[in-house]
Amino acid sequence: MRTLALGASRIRYELRIYFRQGDSVFFTFLFPILMLSVFAVAFSTSPKLGAAPDGSGGITFAAFYLPGMVAAGMLLSGVQNLGVDIAGEKGDGTLKRLGGTPLPVFSYFMGKIGMVLVSSVLQVILLMLVARFAFDVALPTEAGKWLTFAWVFLFGVITSCVLGIALSALPRTGKSATAVVIPIVLLLQFISGVYLNFAQLPGWLQNVASIFPLKWMAQGMRSVFLPASFESAEPGGAWNLGLVALVMGLWLVVGLVLCKMTFRWIRKDT
Amino acid sequence: MTSTTALVQVRELEKSYGGVNVVDGVSFDIHEGETFALLGPNGAGKSTTIEILEGYRDRSGGDVSVLGVDPHHGGLDWKAQLGIVLQSTGESGNVTVHELLTHFANYYPHPRKVGEVIEAVGLGEKAKTRIGKLSGGQRRRVDVALGIIGRPRLLFLDEPTTGFDPEARHQFWGLINQLKDEGTTILLTTHYLDEAATLADRAGVIMGGKLVDIGTVDEIGGDNARIPLVRWRQAGVVREVRTQEPAALAARLFAESGGEVDGLEITRPSLEDIYLQLVGSNATPEDQP
Repeated sequence: MRTLALGASRIRYELRIYFRQGDSVFFTFLFPILMLSVFAVAFSTSPKLGAAPDGSGGITFAAFYLPGMVAAGMLLSGVQNLGVDIAGEKGDGTLKRLGGTPLPVFSYFMGKIGMVLVSSVLQVILLMLVARFAFDVALPTEAGKWLTFAWVFLFGVITSCVLGIALSALPRTGKSATAVVIPIVLLLQFISGVYLNFAQLPGWLQNVASIFPLKWMAQGMRSVFLPASFESAEPGGAWNLGLVALVMGLWLVVGLVLCKMTFRWIRKDT
Repeated sequence: MTSTTALVQVRELEKSYGGVNVVDGVSFDIHEGETFALLGPNGAGKSTTIEILEGYRDRSGGDVSVLGVDPHHGGLDWKAQLGIVLQSTGESGNVTVHELLTHFANYYPHPRKVGEVIEAVGLGEKAKTRIGKLSGGQRRRVDVALGIIGRPRLLFLDEPTTGFDPEARHQFWGLINQLKDEGTTILLTTHYLDEAATLADRAGVIMGGKLVDIGTVDEIGGDNARIPLVRWRQAGVVREVRTQEPAALAARLFAESGGEVDGLEITRPSLEDIYLQLVGSNATPEDQP
């Protein structure tokens, strides 16, 4: 009980700090929105994707990029934000101080994950509003689609958070955290169908990307936001939501085990 | 002191890094309600010792008990009874002093009142200021405030007044005396020997990982180190004599010179003089960096 109450208190405290950090809010919170805008504007004169031979139907590039940007936002909020944030807190002694208090580690994690959940929900709402009203992207109208959206989003964000916490053990100092974390998430975004059309990547690269969770988050989000006619372009010709859940679940377990093994309040004896 | 219980027991404590013992057979007790100062030059093993007691570092050998618990296995209930002021810690600069302390007060079962703690460390006017806007000395006071917010039974202060101006240091001493009056047990490390002399009941001097002296602040260095010093000027040359009968010497000098003695001073060695003597006489080539 005390652990959960302290976790809730940590969430409020973390959110307060987060939204007072201008640079961090800007880069992880608004990044997918800016990227979507760039793609939408850059390809605004290109022909629609997936149009019928007679030119009818199809979707704009803004609509095509929306699911990838939603998935990228999930990854960045969790992995990049927390990976850099926690490595920084380890480096500047924040964690050392917390380690000397009766704060349970679980409450600390709860604070971080809760902070990311709240901020990423706001982020994705803003992203969808921009897509809908600035770029005229049609959003799903069926309840089933939104249910899929909800579980893929929650599951994906929590998995990303756990992986971010695990990844924070890797940088040797707080200052090197961005240098360690950014290339990883950037590479994943390029091979997982965020910036590049996944269906057009070479098969071997698709296989490599399929090991990592971002590809599955993007696939889950494509099933929500893209028309049914795009399903046949997926590897295997189906959205494969069962596999999406399975791979994210595996990464969640891997992340939890890594956290358990590597998380320490301080780097002991260094 | 023998009748009170030892809150901290350290026996033959050892810590080695790569085969080198940075703490080498240190033993001491700290009794309930006592303020104990650990003194020594940089790199002597003070912080390593204190961090082992706080549970941050594992020891290589010996036995340690803090509040009846081996710090290596100290749980959250144990931590709730400690107050820790580390040498350097970070905190987001984006919260105010009041917000930070209110949040940390949540962690403890019987915290002090936030407003009182802020007043006690002299930050009353800065309560609504963000940490990032405070000066170095003011941030240090926030560290101290965080250390005492949980009403600790045992308070660790690792060089707490570094960066304080003299006035802030005297204010801090007042705060510590108040905590002592409330029965808080304190382990202090400091480079300011006047601070140790003012606050500590007992002190230990650690050098090269070994405890070279321990005792009440009046005993450290032994009786010989406390022999008063008489200094005066004779024919333009400064003369110094150490004697147990300084007044008799002064009277004799007065009689001999047939009037006031030029530049006459009688001083008792301060803790700082004694400490410097101790550290100087124990220095061996391998202690030098």
